[in-house]
Amino acid sequence: MDKIWLVIKREYLSRVQKKSFLLATLLTPLIFPIIMGAFLWIAMDEADSAALRIIEVIDENNMFFIESSEQYAFSYSNGDSEEGKDLVKSGERFGFLYIPKIDLSNPSGIVFYGDSNPSMNFINYLESSLKRRIEEQRLFESGIDPEVLSAYRTKVNIRAITLDNSGTETFSDATVNYVIGFFTGILIYIFIFVYGNQIMHGVIEEKSSRIVEILVSSLKPFQLMMGKIIGIGAVGLTQFLIWMILISSISFVVMGYFGMQMPQQQAMEMANSQMGSSISTETPEIAGILQVIQEINFIKLALTFIFYFLGGYLLYGAFFAAIGAAVDAPSEAQQFMLPITIPLLIAYMGLFVFVLNDPNSNVSFWLSIVPLTSPIAMMGRASYGIPFWDLALSMSLLIVGFLFSTWVAGKIYRIGILVHGTKVNYKTLWKWIKSE
Amino acid sequence: MEILSIQNLNKSYGPSKALTDIDLSIPEGVIYGLLGPNGAGKTTLIRIINQIIDADSGSIFFKGEQLNPKHIAQIGYLPEERGLYKKMKVWDQLIYFARLKGLSASEAKEKVHFWLDKLDIKNWKDKRIDDLSKGMAQKVQFISTIIHEPRLLILDEPFSGFDPVNADLIKNEILELKQKGITLILSTHRMESVELLCDYVAMINQSKKILDGKLTAIKQQFRPNEYEVQLRCEDNRLPEQWQATWDNQIATFTIKLNGGTANESLAHLMQFGEVIGFSERMPSMEELFIQQVNASSNG
Repeated sequence: MDKIWLVIKREYLSRVQKKSFLLATLLTPLIFPIIMGAFLWIAMDEADSAALRIIEVIDENNMFFIESSEQYAFSYSNGDSEEGKDLVKSGERFGFLYIPKIDLSNPSGIVFYGDSNPSMNFINYLESSLKRRIEEQRLFESGIDPEVLSAYRTKVNIRAITLDNSGTETFSDATVNYVIGFFTGILIYIFIFVYGNQIMHGVIEEKSSRIVEILVSSLKPFQLMMGKIIGIGAVGLTQFLIWMILISSISFVVMGYFGMQMPQQQAMEMANSQMGSSISTETPEIAGILQVIQEINFIKLALTFIFYFLGGYLLYGAFFAAIGAAVDAPSEAQQFMLPITIPLLIAYMGLFVFVLNDPNSNVSFWLSIVPLTSPIAMMGRASYGIPFWDLALSMSLLIVGFLFSTWVAGKIYRIGILVHGTKVNYKTLWKWIKSE
Repeated sequence: MEILSIQNLNKSYGPSKALTDIDLSIPEGVIYGLLGPNGAGKTTLIRIINQIIDADSGSIFFKGEQLNPKHIAQIGYLPEERGLYKKMKVWDQLIYFARLKGLSASEAKEKVHFWLDKLDIKNWKDKRIDDLSKGMAQKVQFISTIIHEPRLLILDEPFSGFDPVNADLIKNEILELKQKGITLILSTHRMESVELLCDYVAMINQSKKILDGKLTAIKQQFRPNEYEVQLRCEDNRLPEQWQATWDNQIATFTIKLNGGTANESLAHLMQFGEVIGFSERMPSMEELFIQQVNASSNG
C-alpha cells in the first residue's frame, strides 16, 4: 500500500510540476471568458462611441411613427424622395426611409437609403415597427379594436413537473437538462480519452525504457499499474477542479466588470432595449428556467458526475494500461484501440441520438446500465432525475465492470511489460489472460 | 553460510522450457558468475530471484528463509537493459527508487547524498537524465541499484555500454562491495571479467545447469594436463612433435602429460637443456565456456 502511494505521488507530481500542465490548466479556462469579454468589449465600445444616427423619414401616408432609440432618431418631413437622398449624400443624415403611398393589404415600395449597408438588426427593427402599425391600421379598418385584440392574445406555457413516488414535485425543463447532460457526458468522454492516453504512454515509456524491470523488482506489477492509473486520474481531477474554479471566478469578474450578473439577464436587457415591446410575455419562461436551475439538485448531480467521471476513467484506464503493456511503441497501439473506441463511440452517439432526446426509452436505459457505456450515457439521464434503482444498478455494475477490467488488464499488464520484440495479437492477449 | 539456495527450479513459457531442475547454492560474500549463451534462461532465473515472475515449481531460500516479498529490500538488481525516467531529475529519481525499496524518506535522502558524493556527481543532482552523458546516467543507474545497501546484488551484464574508464570504476565498486561482505551475482558473456572477478560460477545452457562450483576447482577439474615449457638449449635438437617456437635460442612449447607426473616430465626435459619456464596451462573461461556449451548442446 505504501508503494502504491509512492507511485501515485510520482505520477501525480511529475505531471503537475510540468510547465505544459501549468499552461494548459491556466490558459484553457481563460480562452472562453477572454473571447466573450473581447466581444462584449467591442460591442459596448461601439455602442458608446457611436453618435446618435438620425434617419430622415418621408411618409406619404402620414400614418407611421417609429420610436427613437439610444442609437437612432427619426425625423419626419414631407419632401420628396430626392430631397431625402440628398440629405444622405451630403452626410447630414445616416439614412433615409422612404415610404410611398402603399396598399395596406400588400405594402411594397418601401426603401431605405443609407451611406453604408444597414445592419440586419436595424432593418428588422424598422420592418417590425412598420408591420405592427400596418396590422393595427388594418384591424381598425375591419372594426377590431387593437387594444381588445391584444387583451385576447394568450401565451400558453406548459410547465413540466416531475413527480416521484414519494410525492415530491420537481420542476423540470428539457432544455436545461439537455444542456447539462450534453456537457457532462462530453466531458467524461474527453476525459477518458485524454487521460487514458496518458496512462498508455506512461506504461509504454516505462516498458520501452526498461524502467519497469527495476520497478517490478521492488513492487508488484498490479501495484504499479494501479498507482499509475490513480495518479494520472488525480492529475485530471486536479485540472478539472482548477478549471471549474477559474472559469466560474473569471466569468464572475468579467461579467461584473460589464455590469451584468448572468447571461440571461444580459439577453433580456438587449431584447428590451431593442424591441421595447412584448417582453413581459417572455418573463415567465426565463423565470421558469431559473426556477428549474434552482430546483436541480446540484450536489446530487455533482456527486453523480464525479462517480461516473472516475468510474468510467478507471474502467477504461485499466484497458489503456493493458494496451500500453502489450506493445513496444505507441504506433503499435492502434491495433488494440478498437475495443476501447467502439463502446465509447456507441455511448457518445447514443447520448445524442437516444438518451438526451428520450432519457426513459429502452435504449437509453440499457446504455446507462451497461458499464462500458454508462459513464457517458447516464450523464444524459442524470439531470432529468433517475429512479433510484436504475442509478443503484448502474453504479454497482460500473464498480463490478471496473473491478473486472482491472483484473483482466492486470493479467495482460503483468506479462506484457516484460515481453519485448514479439508481435502481440489478440490471441496472445487471450493466452496471457488465461495464464496463471 | 549460503545467501541463496535454489532447489529444483522449473519454469516454462507455454511449451518451451526456460529452466529445468535448476539447483544452485550461492555462498555469502562471494562474486558468483552466472554464465550461459543468449536464451539459456539466465534472465528468467534472475527475474525469479527478483520475484518479478514466479517459478512453476521448486524453491528458493534466502538466508535459509523461503524467498518472500520482504526480501526485496535486501536484493538489488541492475537489469541488462538500463532504464531511468528521462524527464525526471537525478535527485528525485534516486529518492523514488530508494523509497520503493523500502527506505524511509530521511534514510533515502541521506543515502542519495552519500552516493552522489562518492561517485562525484553531486553537481548533477538537479539535472534531468536527458541532460546527462551516457556515463553519468550509468552511474545514476548503478546508484539506484545499490542505494538500499542490499545484501545480494544481481548485476546483469554490468559492463555493457560502459567505456573502459567507467567500466573500471564499476569494477572497483564491485570489488569494494564484496569487501563489505555483499554477495554479487554477475550475469555476463564477458569471460575476462569472470576470470577477474568471480569466485564461483554456474553455467546454464538450454534451460539446464551444466556446470557449477568454485572457479579454481572448475579449472582444476577441466585442466587439460598441459604444461608450457621454456627451454634454453644450444641447438635445434628437440623432437619435431613439440612444435617449439624459437627466439634467441629459447624454445617455447606445450607438452601434454600422458599418465606421468609433472616432475617426471620436468626431469625428461632437463636432458635437452636448461628449463627456464615450466607452468601448468589452465583452461581459460572462454575455452571452458565454449567447450561445455557445445558439449551439452550436442549431447
